[in-house]
Amino acid sequence: MRAVITVIGKDMVGILAKVSTACAEANANVAEVTQSVLDEYFAMIMLVNIDNLSCSLEELQRGIKESVPSMTVHVMHEDIFNSMHRI
Amino acid sequence: MINMKDIMETITMIQDEHLDIRTITMGISLLDCCDSDIDRSCEKIYNKIYRLTKDLVKTGETIEKKYGIPIVNKRISVTPVAMLVAASGGDPVKYAKTLDRVARDVGVNFIGGYSALVHKGFSAGDRELIESIPRALAETDFVCSSVNIGSTKAGINMDAVKIMGEVVRETAELTRDRQCIGAAKLVVFCNAPEDNPFMAGAFHGVGEPDCVINVGVSGPGVVRSALAKMPKDASLAEIADKIKKTAFKITRMGQLVGSEASQMLGVPFGIIDLSLAPTPAVGDSVAHILEEIGLEQCGTHGTTAALAMLNDAVKKGGVMASSNVGGLSGAFIPVSEDAGMIDAALAGTLSLEKLEAMTAVCSVGLDMIVLPGDTPSTTISAIIADEAAIGMVNSKTTAVRVIPAIGYKEGDMLDFGGLLGSGPIMKINSKSSDIMINRGGRIPAPMQSLKN
Repeated sequence: MRAVITVIGKDMVGILAKVSTACAEANANVAEVTQSVLDEYFAMIMLVNIDNLSCSLEELQRGIKESVPSMTVHVMHEDIFNSMHRI
Repeated sequence: MINMKDIMETITMIQDEHLDIRTITMGISLLDCCDSDIDRSCEKIYNKIYRLTKDLVKTGETIEKKYGIPIVNKRISVTPVAMLVAASGGDPVKYAKTLDRVARDVGVNFIGGYSALVHKGFSAGDRELIESIPRALAETDFVCSSVNIGSTKAGINMDAVKIMGEVVRETAELTRDRQCIGAAKLVVFCNAPEDNPFMAGAFHGVGEPDCVINVGVSGPGVVRSALAKMPKDASLAEIADKIKKTAFKITRMGQLVGSEASQMLGVPFGIIDLSLAPTPAVGDSVAHILEEIGLEQCGTHGTTAALAMLNDAVKKGGVMASSNVGGLSGAFIPVSEDAGMIDAALAGTLSLEKLEAMTAVCSVGLDMIVLPGDTPSTTISAIIADEAAIGMVNSKTTAVRVIPAIGYKEGDMLDFGGLLGSGPIMKINSKSSDIMINRGGRIPAPMQSLKN
């Protein structure tokens, strides 16, 4: 099972590092990362493996949010995207 | 990897365009709770509903967190209570209080099924239940009531229509100190669906399994913003296509949530109701979709055509996305729950007559409309009869949920708060319909051939 983490907001130093640390603390293995900076806006989509997650998805989201409080963070199970965009 | 654009689209839909699962409704049959003693019957009902729904709210919240999608309401619908009254006798309000108590204990938003099906005539329990509706709705917080007074196969029971006019008025009167809110929880149907998850008209039909999960999805804001991105010269065929594609995506999400909930609760998955149900929140309005299609304001000429296309396209898109579609499925036009409709009614662009025409092509009927407080009950009955006639002849569901604003004057607003919103008092025709309504009897079922 995998979850999709999205982080959006104003660019600053260390976003990727902080989010990755929060993932590591929850034992979520990062599978893929896509990120872009447009003007000064930072957008990152991270696909993580949650098979061995040490906490709930909600707690993972809270952990990431606390590490980058100024950013908008979503953590969602990948099935919602698969079912919405694939037939 | 899942496409970045798709991910951002889903997140924008949820975050900015108010996409949500409007309701997970558990339908429960109460037929095995019948007892000749009403207190025993109430006890069995409480125990059965509690046993089946104790995890409903928790399950809903777990799914919300897993997928990051809000599930606004968790609800229960039950077998029409008139059937239990038939077996037990006694004061039907006892059942209403039992339903209210269990709804409060398990933490759901509403419980529907304080209902009677009288489209062809009254059987034991029906009259008692109907006459108790005003009290039941005044003395409970979560109970919703509905009465089916007509169908395409049976015609319209005009005796019931007459009574319902009086019941609607009395319900408003008994809750006059609370913005007449009782009437907002009472729906009068023609061709009522048995698997509708939306309140206030939800009940669990007798043809349904013992327990079932139905899901209502919503997303007027998503459709509106998809249309807003289309060029102004795009043809209506292209617009319809866009609506279909958007409805497909919304429904897929409902399907996912429904099957997940059904698995977690160990209850079969019934249907998805793919309705565009507006809320008073800005950007979550069906009226604004119609305006996006190209009307200056909802209610002007062209509104019925635009709504017909919207309603049809929503169904076409949704049907392919789900294994089972049912309920009311289409576009709702509740006036007080839709910011665009409220504006149009206040501006005088949207009249009761236009709304009636719109109900011939949309999914439900005259919904959440505030009437002057001095409207006679026979006029309310006549409004119900008109609406039922549209449903009967066109083989579709129509409903009336009107709120007589007892103690308010023209120009006032009723404010129900929450999802029920607020609505201005609408103008009605002041000429009498007394003699027709007092005739009673039944309007015979219509021809189903020679259609023109």
